[in-house]
Amino acid sequence: MPSISLTLNGRSVSGEVETKTLLVDYIRENQKLTGTHVGCDTSQCGSCVVHVDGKSVKSCTMLAVQVDGSEVTTIEGLATGEELHPMQEAFRQNHGLQCGFCTPGMVMSAVDLVAGNPDISETEIREGLEGNICRCTGYHNIVKSVQAGAKAMGG
Amino acid sequence: MQNFDYHKPNSVDEAVANMQASDDGKFLAGGMTMLPTMKQGLAAPEDLIDLHGIDGIAGVAEGADAIEIGAMTSHSVVASSALIQSDLPALAALAESIGDRQVRARGTLGGSISNNDPAADYPAALVALGATVKTNTREIPAEDFFVEMFETALAEDEIVTSVSFPLVEKAAYAKFPNPASRYAMVGVFVAKNADGVRVAVTGAGPSVFRASAMESALDGDFSSSALDGVAVSADDLNSDIHASPEYRAHLVGVMAKRAVDACG
Repeated sequence: MPSISLTLNGRSVSGEVETKTLLVDYIRENQKLTGTHVGCDTSQCGSCVVHVDGKSVKSCTMLAVQVDGSEVTTIEGLATGEELHPMQEAFRQNHGLQCGFCTPGMVMSAVDLVAGNPDISETEIREGLEGNICRCTGYHNIVKSVQAGAKAMGG
Repeated sequence: MQNFDYHKPNSVDEAVANMQASDDGKFLAGGMTMLPTMKQGLAAPEDLIDLHGIDGIAGVAEGADAIEIGAMTSHSVVASSALIQSDLPALAALAESIGDRQVRARGTLGGSISNNDPAADYPAALVALGATVKTNTREIPAEDFFVEMFETALAEDEIVTSVSFPLVEKAAYAKFPNPASRYAMVGVFVAKNADGVRVAVTGAGPSVFRASAMESALDGDFSSSALDGVAVSADDLNSDIHASPEYRAHLVGVMAKRAVDACG
């Protein structure tokens, strides 16, 4: 079995993985970080979005062996202690979730989408979140949250 | 998914050697089709050869009257390249229309064309622009590269290294996306240069094709009204749950007009 080493939420981790292990399964099963969700498992719904070297990707469609040497951030890595990340706080303030299943992926996609663009438009947000599906159809408040989060992050 | 031996070669030569040493190997580019295919059990390679570690086959470079894009260049890099946005904006817009932000961050030009999905966007651009596909062994004109549904001119151990896109006077791509996947139900790329007009259609048939009747009409009069009455046959077009061949034939006409209008 190959061995991988990566930085996960700022922490160095390493270990052996089967080659067939998907990144999302490595995160959830091996690292026990269950904030990253599996919705469709077909790279459409975006519940599994994490950051790999700063870019949002669908972790159900990457192999764990592919992140050897990379920096991976999951939803658990956003907050600073008890203090929520500005995007998380914006979702809380704007009621940007109903059941919450899609929320970790939405937040991770949003943080990547708005980086450097504090005045992002509603249209840009709606197009930018194309790869994230909310089955509660709560998009309106999600978009409001992302817009507020962008401002709070300040680009 | 079954386990496999994972290889991450540092050079094209090493990747080719990995493939030649395997009874049943597959190259892995962005993985946006390869990994779902493996997850569904439709492919179960013994060896997976990841091309991400190879230097020199990603990036955008300006050539003489052409833009050369490395095979491992992601769709997001093509979409946001200042050079492509300025000199070949239709190609940047095409790349921006693929999948979603996360798919564009991983998916690559070389992976897309090597897969030759009948609903992929890039094949239309390559054929309409008269691009040249460069591999580790040769150069292949785009029209000879795309052979059939999911089939290209590539040998088993051949790797696309870059694609050279000639610059043209005008070009535009119009696509009717499947609303769920954003794959092209029909996509039409129109390119105009001194030699004439080329119209390439993806999504409609088993593989990309040129609409020669449309090209002739546009050679005489480069306006969308020149396409009035130029019918596209539904024979041999794709039929699936999303659209009938007749509907796709109709969409080819509509998308071609939109592309011509977008050329300005």
